[in-house]
Amino acid sequence: MPVIDKATFDELKQMSGAEFINELIDTFLDDAPKLIGELKSALAANKADSFRRAAHSMKSNAATFGASQLAELAKGLELLGKENRLHETGDRLKALEEAVISACEDLKGLKS
Amino acid sequence: MKPSHEPGNMLVVDDNRVNRLLLTHALEQNGHIVSTAEHGKIAMEMLRSKTFDVILLDIDMPEMNGFEVLEALLMDDDLRNLPVIMTSASDELDRVVKCIEMGAEDYLVKPLNPVLLRARVNASLEKKRLRDQQRKLFRTFATPAVAEQLMREGFSLGGKYITASVMFADIRAFTTLSEKQEPTDTIELLNNYFALMFDAITGNNGTVNQMEGDGFMAIFGAPVFQENHREQAVRAALEMIELLQVFNEQRAIQRKGQIEVGIGIATGRVIAGYTGTQHRATYTCVGDTVNVAARIENHTKIAGRPILIDQFTREGLHGPIQVEDLGDVTFKGKEQAIKIFAVNA
Repeated sequence: MPVIDKATFDELKQMSGAEFINELIDTFLDDAPKLIGELKSALAANKADSFRRAAHSMKSNAATFGASQLAELAKGLELLGKENRLHETGDRLKALEEAVISACEDLKGLKS
Repeated sequence: MKPSHEPGNMLVVDDNRVNRLLLTHALEQNGHIVSTAEHGKIAMEMLRSKTFDVILLDIDMPEMNGFEVLEALLMDDDLRNLPVIMTSASDELDRVVKCIEMGAEDYLVKPLNPVLLRARVNASLEKKRLRDQQRKLFRTFATPAVAEQLMREGFSLGGKYITASVMFADIRAFTTLSEKQEPTDTIELLNNYFALMFDAITGNNGTVNQMEGDGFMAIFGAPVFQENHREQAVRAALEMIELLQVFNEQRAIQRKGQIEVGIGIATGRVIAGYTGTQHRATYTCVGDTVNVAARIENHTKIAGRPILIDQFTREGLHGPIQVEDLGDVTFKGKEQAIKIFAVNA
């Protein structure tokens, strides 16, 4: 199953143009590990609001590129942060991290 | 005129870099000039130092979020009317509703649809232009404070009865004076005179709504109601006389002729309404009170006193203002005599 939804990505590419889409992808690749880092430190410090905000950004970025599964996972984490239930995170952060890695791999391949 | 294609100054406020980039790119492609802020605090600083036409505002941000920005805009007279388009995720529409209730103009769902973005931004730009035009229009005949209040509360005076104080003021023997001096001196004199007099009027919450030659009419208690409009009118008159004294002292030094004014004030029911076009606007005020004020002003020549008022105005005065009862006066064409009072300057 492809990680990136083709229709969403094509639309974004059409709107952005070939040159700008590369810049956008680079920004995603650049920000993704930072957001993972923020999620991890927020979880460790039990800072629900920081956790929620980082998950929210991840969700937003994933949705922009059509990484639907990643967006869903991020949305789940955002909700945990919002409802102050970080203790229920379990292995969901790990699942998100894996989804981020796959999405990044795919996006690198989509650069023109 | 195709305003929808005119570029505007956009402010994109979003803590997410991808979103900022995307919005900036899309807006620039439509010819707009774009600035960005990472959160509300930076945005507010930028808004206070530069003029923008439309704000695209994210809700969830560190430091100062979208709700707090909307609140701050609402508190600011200069920024209150700036259109704000909320940019939000599709699952937070309940929060968007709150933003619209707080004064946001419109919203866009992220990820962005470029067609919707263009349509919403153009609609907001158009609204901004109309508001700016309206504000400019208001300011042509009202004080900035009154203009702001009208912008906020809207015009409700589409021809109705109100109680207000009407003032007429005229320079005594102006024709004789102007015949003795150069035309350029006359115009300069009038400009300096009006500048001083209008300061006294607007400083006391009055609005000048008619000018003719060396005379003008001002109204107190409208377009925005003021409880103490009678006293404000008289205070404005006293201030006018005071300013005129300073003005005459300066003219004496320059060996120029002295000027004298007559001011008449009447209070009562008037029919007030706003009439105008895009380029010229006036706050029209008609009725018997207006006629009485004009007659009273004319009577200052006979009475030899600079400020005359009617009884209704007299009854609204409290505190240290001294008046003198001049008795009944019957004006030409009027059946009933009215009581006239001179205000001691």
